[in-house]
Amino acid sequence: MSEPTVRAIERLDLLTAETSEGAQELQRREFTKPSELGREIGAVLLANDLHIDPTQVDLERRDDETMIINMGPSHPSTHGVLRLMLELDGEYVLRCKPVIGYLHTGMEKTGEELSYIQGATNVTRMDYLSPVINELNYSLAVEKLLGIEVPERAVWIRMLMSELNRISSHLVWMATNGMDLGSTSMMIYGLRERELILAFFEKTAGLRMNLNFVRPGGVAADLPDGWQDDVRVICDTILERTYEYDQLLTGQPIFRQRMIGVAPITAEEALALSVTGPVLRSTGVPWDLRRTMTYLAYDQVEFDVIVGTYGDNFDRYSIRLNEIRESIRIVRQCVDMMPRGDYRSQDPKVTPPPRARIGESMEALIHHFKLFTEGFHVPVGEVYSAVESPRGEIGCYIVSDGGAKPYRLHVRGPSFVNLQAIALLMRGGSVSDAITTISTIDPVLGEVDR
Amino acid sequence: MAPPGVVIGDALAADLCCFPTRDQYFALVRSFKNDAFEMCIDVCGVDYLLHMERPLPEGIVPTRFEVVTNLLSLSKRQRVRIRVQAGDDEPEVASLFELYPGVEAMEREVFDLMGILFSGHPDLTRILMPEDWEGHPLRKDYGAGNVPVQFKEAPGPR
Repeated sequence: MSEPTVRAIERLDLLTAETSEGAQELQRREFTKPSELGREIGAVLLANDLHIDPTQVDLERRDDETMIINMGPSHPSTHGVLRLMLELDGEYVLRCKPVIGYLHTGMEKTGEELSYIQGATNVTRMDYLSPVINELNYSLAVEKLLGIEVPERAVWIRMLMSELNRISSHLVWMATNGMDLGSTSMMIYGLRERELILAFFEKTAGLRMNLNFVRPGGVAADLPDGWQDDVRVICDTILERTYEYDQLLTGQPIFRQRMIGVAPITAEEALALSVTGPVLRSTGVPWDLRRTMTYLAYDQVEFDVIVGTYGDNFDRYSIRLNEIRESIRIVRQCVDMMPRGDYRSQDPKVTPPPRARIGESMEALIHHFKLFTEGFHVPVGEVYSAVESPRGEIGCYIVSDGGAKPYRLHVRGPSFVNLQAIALLMRGGSVSDAITTISTIDPVLGEVDR
Repeated sequence: MAPPGVVIGDALAADLCCFPTRDQYFALVRSFKNDAFEMCIDVCGVDYLLHMERPLPEGIVPTRFEVVTNLLSLSKRQRVRIRVQAGDDEPEVASLFELYPGVEAMEREVFDLMGILFSGHPDLTRILMPEDWEGHPLRKDYGAGNVPVQFKEAPGPR
């Protein structure tokens, strides 16, 4: 223990210890193993017996020719607390290593201490831009363990809410991506449109973000009166505005030059790196869990899976922009096809008795009390279930020991995995391309670090 | 589909669940990869300290740590779950990095939070916790809430 009031300048060791992540950082080449070097220059297919052109892989580079710099953890373009260490030759990126964990709060450990009812409040805070889809993923996993069916209306409400959430998440992406490229108007417009959806969420669930709306057994509340009109207005407004974005960004020469052909990835590389979501689809692989491993009622609605060709930044941009339009299509169909009925399962095991019954029946009161203090018990077993989040496949692995809390709760965060592609995408590009590349990967650091 | 000698069991929400031994693990995953399982979608570890007597198929010796790997086949639209018993005191399994480079971060996360070693991993360092952190937080004997929080002290007033 050192003197707490010691001047920082006198204790340089403390000052450097403060900022060092040790071996997690990007090291100088003389301290780097060849296999590690391969990771950092993004040579993924080397491991798959596919060869990389040796003239492109400058393994022989002296340390005094290059410079290792930090980008982040609080750089405005890193979308949170992502820290990238870049090895630069002039302005060009040679190696890159993301250093993460600055937002790690042990949410998987917390999940083991919360009952299944409380668990949704925990997972919803992981990917804070798509809370409904986090809850949905968790609830579907718990329901598979419980073996219960949710009513038709709950399924469609879940679908409606998760598509609205996908739109809002992509809008934030459009906004931040615009700002990274210097289009501050896009920042304002994207957040303005998202506000419409958040206002609807507030009307429905009581909260704008981190809703805890989708729960095991159904959803927390029925849709508010007049929701059809609200949703139609949202759809009309946002669809119209997407064409304004086209005018603002898609056709603009500067925007196109910064995006087209920058940071390409091939389908082979994307599959090897376990990349999912728009980044995988940009390479031309038509993989969207809503279509290929369908859940909820996605097999009953019409929508297109958007794919790209070149796997570059522009493809990822167009996929997200068009996915907003496809989600609007789905939302409109949800409005038209919304069935009547219960919004949560009537299985007394997971659903508390109605409020009116609690006043008159002792059993109902006890039941309600037990459910919210102890929670419900889930049969022994383990399950992995996955849904398509705006960023890719979000998966939930739950091990149940028969108690009221999960024995192990693991969430596969799509941006955590997608972030691995960053070294590959950035290699050879300039620092300004690096910024657009971080942006088009679309990492949400709450989910990366959990 | 799986090579002979590997125990196969039921799995909820997956097409197949395999229980290889540590020695069979890598070869099993390789045979799946050759069998059109293009993606390794998830790797996670489980610490069964409180449930050593869990239900497992016959012939499987339960150990404290288990590594659960989820593979995905895009062309067949199938999922396979592989649960390998990783050992008790010094859990270690083979790294899948040679087959799927995308497991790099996931295996590092398992090592960081659960303390399971992956032999053959190019850069097995902590990923979420600080480098000088003691212990592996997701282990069941890691006292959550009753150990002092480990933070580096502030450098003091300037």
